[in-house]
Amino acid sequence: MKPDLTPEVREIVRAQLSRRRFIAGAGAVGGATLLAACGSNDAESGSADATASAPVDEGGTVRWANWPAYLDFDSDKKTYTSLETFKAASGINVVYKEDVNDNDEFYGKVQGQLKLGKDIGYDIVTLTDWMAGRWVRMGYTQAFDEANLPNKVNILPTLANVGFDPGRKSTLTWQSGFAGFGWNKEKIPGGIQSIEQLFDKKNKGRIEVLSEMRDTMGIILQAQGVDPSQPFTEDQFMNAIDFLQQKISDGFIRQVKGNDYLEDMVSGDAVAVIGWSGDIFSLSNENGGKFGFQVPESGGTLWSDNCIIPSTSKNKKNAETVLNNYYDPAVAAQVAAFVNYICPVVGAQAEMEKIDPELAKSPFIFPDDATLAKVRVFRTLTVDEETKYAEAFQAAAGN
Amino acid sequence: MAFAHAGTATASKPGRAGMRIPYLLLLPGLLWLLLFFVLPLINLAETSTKTPIAGGETGAYEQTFRLQNYVDAFSENSAQFSRSFIYALLATVLALAISYPLAYAIAFKSGKYKNILLVLVIAPFFTSFLLRTIAWKQILGEEGPVISILRTFHLIGADTSITATALAVITGMTYNFLPFMTLPIYASLERIDPRLMEASGDLYANGLTTFRRVTFPLSMPGVVAGTLLTFIPAAGDYVNAQILGNPTTKMIGNVIDSRFFRIVDYPTAAALSFTLMAAILILITVYIRRAGTDELI
Repeated sequence: MKPDLTPEVREIVRAQLSRRRFIAGAGAVGGATLLAACGSNDAESGSADATASAPVDEGGTVRWANWPAYLDFDSDKKTYTSLETFKAASGINVVYKEDVNDNDEFYGKVQGQLKLGKDIGYDIVTLTDWMAGRWVRMGYTQAFDEANLPNKVNILPTLANVGFDPGRKSTLTWQSGFAGFGWNKEKIPGGIQSIEQLFDKKNKGRIEVLSEMRDTMGIILQAQGVDPSQPFTEDQFMNAIDFLQQKISDGFIRQVKGNDYLEDMVSGDAVAVIGWSGDIFSLSNENGGKFGFQVPESGGTLWSDNCIIPSTSKNKKNAETVLNNYYDPAVAAQVAAFVNYICPVVGAQAEMEKIDPELAKSPFIFPDDATLAKVRVFRTLTVDEETKYAEAFQAAAGN
Repeated sequence: MAFAHAGTATASKPGRAGMRIPYLLLLPGLLWLLLFFVLPLINLAETSTKTPIAGGETGAYEQTFRLQNYVDAFSENSAQFSRSFIYALLATVLALAISYPLAYAIAFKSGKYKNILLVLVIAPFFTSFLLRTIAWKQILGEEGPVISILRTFHLIGADTSITATALAVITGMTYNFLPFMTLPIYASLERIDPRLMEASGDLYANGLTTFRRVTFPLSMPGVVAGTLLTFIPAAGDYVNAQILGNPTTKMIGNVIDSRFFRIVDYPTAAALSFTLMAAILILITVYIRRAGTDELI
């Protein structure tokens, strides 16, 4: 392992970090068994030759499209602390944009250019497993040059081999996380453990669910006793759609939203949501501990987001250097301490001990067996299923 | 009208070179339309009859000339279609009810403040309408100032919302398209020769009769232009429904957006776009016929 940062720079980073507020996590340390459910689930095979039409590397600014609340943001300086450190140390400029609000929405925006081989305006994009798998299949990724990514070996063993990209040749896990229930503690002091509590009468009209079909439907399916990681039937899925449809037409659900549900939690329009673990923790940290998150007792979903260098990128080497930096355990721990998602980097837990021992115990960052037993990875859908289910889901959402 | 007749008169006996001039003048516009309207339209028509390739990747379609796509697209989304036209109609009527008195006041009663008032009408254009709509969402939101005041004085119940309702979508559209209604009406009213109104008074018509028989008919071109400029974009709008509505207030624009960008179902999106365009064209043709606006052009 070859760390990118000098010891001096690291000291500065740590000093900054210790001033942060952190959530108090509870639970046991379960380093070796992390993400047991996460690895070999995807049955697709990645066969596309990703390097076939790799553009000439121009070595310019790295443009990164990521999801909101997904990098350590300093709200006083309005900068991303780890990114600033990296830029200063490496001399590589990075333009970081929270441009991914929803996998489908993002794909819809860029797929025209991807198909034509025109620059989509990003050198790194972060997409969830199933969508990353689609990009790999369609040859929209560039294979990594391992020489620029020595830290790649730090990936958790359970994530090192996924069905859609065996050996992680062109995708690298950014974070993993849970979908579950989020709530406003002032409005719902008792919290939310079950789907009945989510759709409680007093939350009517103030509930929002994710437009990420696999998360919203994965939770509803499990509440109906169906395991979304197993080959469930179309009838079972449509039953869950009927449930969603009913809650929408009865006026319980205010909106079906992408990552911008966070804005509605802050504004108070939404008091209870199906949302993402880390989002709600970091939002809560920024808002005086106002929000709570829990994996449903009937079961939540587990997903991973992956960094991809699009086939249209002309800054591959610099992009790889950026990713390499984030696979340094110390940097990974620094990011995890902010985003509160499951950290994919081996050694980050030890680094987290130095930042905040409490966080090193958080089951939402370093999940234990008990936590992982409560979540499922949504199974891989065929293209036909994907289209049919997406249509049914969109129709239920009024679209 | 007199001007138009004069134009026809001179054009009726031109020289050979003079005949080409109108066509030359039309050329840039025609090219523009060909490039950015006709060609995309052909592409859209071609896409609308495609079907998915069996076993193909997401977004892979082949041409099978399946006209049933149109029937499916319409029947599956008839609720959103009718909602779009009802919302657009209500927004247009509301905008007219607000704009006409406003335009009338600016045209006839504002005196030296005329320019300031006109600027105030146009001023909102200087910010993105997306931002303005999001601002409304915040102002009228569940924890926003308006709803707290209304709840404090028990003017609305504790469960009543303003945003995420059909009312919010319609008023949002009314607000966003208001200048499109106000300006054409103002332009029509402003052009009216005041002597016509004086003459009406001299013939013993009272204020109301003058308005009904003289002012309003003369302002019809503005009213027709304003209603068209409001109704057409409102029927295709999806931003207001997205930001201010809920899943049961989605309009056809939202469906097209979701079909195109989320499901990557281009044929249905294209068929829906065509159906929307055809529906609007028919409605507009009927409307213009009935409104009888030769003076419009």
